[in-house]
Amino acid sequence: MTGAGPVTAAGTCGDPLVVDARGLRCPLPVVELARAARGAPDGTLLTVLATDPAARHDVPAWARLRGHAVVACLEDDGTWRITVRTGS
Amino acid sequence: MRAALPGVARRTSVGHVTSDDAAHPGILENAPVTRATPTHTTPTRVVLDAGGRAPVDPAARTALLEALDLGWADPRRLHAEGRRARALLDGAREAIAAQAGARTADVRLSAHHTTALHAAVRAVARGRRRVGRDVVVSAVERAAVLHAADYAVAQPWTADRGRRVTVPVDAVGRVDGEAMAAALAAPGVALAALQHANGEVGTVQPVARVHEAARAAGVPLLVDAGASAGHVPIDAAWDLLALDPPDWGAPAGVGVLVVRPQVRWMPDWPEDEDDWFPGGVSVPAALAAAVALERAAARRAETDARRRGLVDRVRTTVAATVPDVEVVGDPSGRLPHVVTFSCLYVDGEALVTELDRLGFAIGSGSACTSSALEPSHVLAAMGALTHGNVRLALPADVAEADVERFLAALPQAVARVRDLLGVHGL
Repeated sequence: MTGAGPVTAAGTCGDPLVVDARGLRCPLPVVELARAARGAPDGTLLTVLATDPAARHDVPAWARLRGHAVVACLEDDGTWRITVRTGS
Repeated sequence: MRAALPGVARRTSVGHVTSDDAAHPGILENAPVTRATPTHTTPTRVVLDAGGRAPVDPAARTALLEALDLGWADPRRLHAEGRRARALLDGAREAIAAQAGARTADVRLSAHHTTALHAAVRAVARGRRRVGRDVVVSAVERAAVLHAADYAVAQPWTADRGRRVTVPVDAVGRVDGEAMAAALAAPGVALAALQHANGEVGTVQPVARVHEAARAAGVPLLVDAGASAGHVPIDAAWDLLALDPPDWGAPAGVGVLVVRPQVRWMPDWPEDEDDWFPGGVSVPAALAAAVALERAAARRAETDARRRGLVDRVRTTVAATVPDVEVVGDPSGRLPHVVTFSCLYVDGEALVTELDRLGFAIGSGSACTSSALEPSHVLAAMGALTHGNVRLALPADVAEADVERFLAALPQAVARVRDLLGVHGL
């Protein structure tokens, strides 16, 4: 799997924006998530899908450094699904 | 016999052997060797990755070469050559025991630090299997300890199997002494393991507090001092103590395990005259390890102050000159020579390669720099960023000018690697 086509749904209040970073190695899942978060208003929900095992550590660390909040972190059959809310 | 027992370096008449004296066998011709004499076309290398395998101390090198001549024989043999090898080996153990604050009889030598840690966990877990099957560890123990614990608790030594109980660490990588004390006081614990200090991030652990609790609970405590010994004094708070000679400048090929006589253990490997480490150890490697440890101890006051100062300088300079960087590990309660930081949006492998190209040998705990996909379990347990990680372990004779050169080169190296990913403005 290649590429990380970000958007599948519109972000605030309802369904989160989904960043598909499956198949990408560290640090690319965090980079793609950061691209999607750039310019997003506070309170935007973003979900990253990642198969790289470093993502489950690095997405929360990135969120802490950037002042975002991790609201969910789930693993299903080797794919991590981590949702952050932008802003604090 | 020229070489002798403790204080080997001082009493040994130094043979004059250089690498040029030896004919290089063909195997070396294909190795990417940087020649010892630098020219203007071969830039000097700066080694800042001494953890677990430091550049060999010159006195240890001399001792190794002498011991190859004097101590090549099997120390189990009864003839003069065998007895001479035995005397050198006993001298090495005596010198290591003196530095470790232990009895010579309790010092066992293995071929590697990993082997020593594996044996300690396996043999004590088996020896105490009727008391309990669980093994309590901190989350930031060396992988060898964690893997050995998983192995031991799964063995069919009793009807029950055990669990590996992992005690978490805080953001600087320090285990909560009270939490570990409580975990090892639970029923059914065979063994607890806590490192003296973490070799990846430098944070010193509350070993005295945990050992006090272990003693009260009657549970033996294995202390992995592999990253500490030779750099800081090790106090007596342990029941089994593992040391890593190549970390203090000995040639590779020897590890140390010290076992207090009251510790109950039973090997889960075949019987041998060398009961802990079947087959014994290389006598020259053992002698060189002892010489290097004496040298490290003799120089400690000087190397400690100098390296602490340089690590402070790295910590403040990196935080000030590299954007989006996180310096990890305890800023004060730490080893004198270890410093680690992670750079956001940086591919660790690319950064190691770029710095190597510029002449700097550095370590990294990032996943993409290891053969496994998993990043450093230490950084992960701390909640630190695992990608873009740089790990420095300064050798004892590190030059201030070399650290300054590294600090001057780092910001551009990070920027170049970030440019490859196009992460500007994220």
